[in-house]
Amino acid sequence: MDEITFLKRKATEIRMELLTMIYNARTGHTGGSLSNTDILTVLYYKIMNIDPSNPNWEDRDRYVQSKGHSVESLWAILADKGFFPKEELKTFSQFGSRLIGHPNNNVPGVEMNTGALGHGLPISVGMALAAKMDGKPYKVYTLMGDGEQAEGSVWEGAMAAAQYKLDNLIAIIDRNKLQITGSTEDVMALEPLPDKWRSFGWEVIEVDGNDVEQLVEVFSQTPRVEGKPTMIIANTVKGKGISFAENVGAWHHRVPSEEEYDLAIEELSKQMEVLV
Amino acid sequence: MKNIALKPTKGNKIANRQVISETLLDLGRKNRDLLVLTSDSRGSASMVNFGEELPEQIVEVGIAEQNIVGMASGLAHSGKKPFVASPACFLSMRSIEQIKVDVAYSKTNVKLIGISGGVSYGALGMSHHSVQDLAVTRAIPGLDVMMPADRHEAKKMIEALVDYNRPVYVRIGRNPVEDSYLSDNYEFKIGKAVTMNEGNDITIIAAGETVRVALDTADALLAEGISCRVINMHTIKPLDENAIINAAKETGRIITIEEHSVYGGLGSAVSETISQNYPVPIKILGIPDEPAITGNSKEVFNHYGLSVNNVSNIVRQMIGK
Repeated sequence: MDEITFLKRKATEIRMELLTMIYNARTGHTGGSLSNTDILTVLYYKIMNIDPSNPNWEDRDRYVQSKGHSVESLWAILADKGFFPKEELKTFSQFGSRLIGHPNNNVPGVEMNTGALGHGLPISVGMALAAKMDGKPYKVYTLMGDGEQAEGSVWEGAMAAAQYKLDNLIAIIDRNKLQITGSTEDVMALEPLPDKWRSFGWEVIEVDGNDVEQLVEVFSQTPRVEGKPTMIIANTVKGKGISFAENVGAWHHRVPSEEEYDLAIEELSKQMEVLV
Repeated sequence: MKNIALKPTKGNKIANRQVISETLLDLGRKNRDLLVLTSDSRGSASMVNFGEELPEQIVEVGIAEQNIVGMASGLAHSGKKPFVASPACFLSMRSIEQIKVDVAYSKTNVKLIGISGGVSYGALGMSHHSVQDLAVTRAIPGLDVMMPADRHEAKKMIEALVDYNRPVYVRIGRNPVEDSYLSDNYEFKIGKAVTMNEGNDITIIAAGETVRVALDTADALLAEGISCRVINMHTIKPLDENAIINAAKETGRIITIEEHSVYGGLGSAVSETISQNYPVPIKILGIPDEPAITGNSKEVFNHYGLSVNNVSNIVRQMIGK
């Protein structure tokens, strides 16, 4: 099996896993986790230099999930990578579980506690600056939501990343164009989003954020410009992979019924069958 | 030190921020991971010399308090020892969510130095006063809260914090504060209150700038035969509850003095302790629930009764003399 097919199969497995987690827990952020699954799969299975047996290895690449609420895909991936036993996924959002509804650094593989939007980029700027100060080779990846772009602290971090020439910082926007109230452009218009980031001194590239092949290509070529932080605007589909959830705002944190769950798993299984 | 007859002479001209900067410079020369972060505040934090001598160890973030705390947490997470020096009014309010989540909740080793705290910026109005910072920060789990009484304690505190692997908020004032200690030749322990003066009739508990007011009050009342215990509660959290409970048992009355709202600060912390352990009468002196009057620190202190005269009167009332 070629690498791209492997990654596509992996992303499909993760989608099944996260749906099962949300279905069992009766809570979760379904749409956003499905939209960011391909991005996380490419980062964790192809791009990032990490060691699940040594999660605090000094030179590891860092991942900060600024859009903390879409955590289900991250939990499924960390378990699959061996950061903690897969069995523990059954405790997601249950009483006393460490697998809560946002990244939690009591869990191996999670760098920082996130969930309050607009925090991940400033944190990542600090991590990337530390690498520069120490001459370390690691890169810092941070995933933001598109609705999150309305937070002022995002732009404080954006300025600092350019000021300190942090080309070891790669930010990604999961641009699924929907937030809980509706279209991002109706709630608080973001466009022209690439121009905004360019004007803040970032190297900006747009990509189909659900296309594994494109993601591999783009992530493999960072930094794109020496001395500039990279912004990857990943155009995604909220609810990706499950036809009746795709681009439907209500699936932001809707939990599937039994019938919907069965349909979704069936659909994902069919996608898996052709990936050989 | 436990005898006000040995109290230091007045006239100190060195501000705590100056001492903190010199102490950090000294420590920073030996430890390249020690960083100072400023929000266009290197002048007001007295960090100009630090920046000139250790330019690789000062990080200018611009006027962006959310970002300064977020960046500090990322730097700490990757092995640095960041000290954020930013005005207390902004640091403890604008960036409180970053303090709560990125620092305390994520357990990053960030030291937050709130400069020009309390009513230091007296004439600039409520936007620049920070008299809610103790209330807000001490309610955050995982965050310690400290206030040095004078320049000697400021030095001891910073030296202790460099290898103290926990998030801490330290509040200092802008102007030189009269010495409460004779020198820095004493043992400073985080979380351990200092009995500055022994006494049996009443206990005055103070922190930061008000410690010297408490000592001067004790001195003034000695002539009247009133014996005041003075406790310097330099660590507001974790609170030295034993010192408070013992004071309640042994002196039966407590006054707290703070450069902070009467809600949620030192007086509240002391009240929470005695009301649940050994209830005795208590009087909380601080800034009332209003935009503080403008004026220099001394004028504001006098206006609200954070003065030797007023505290002495309250002592007399409480002990019935």
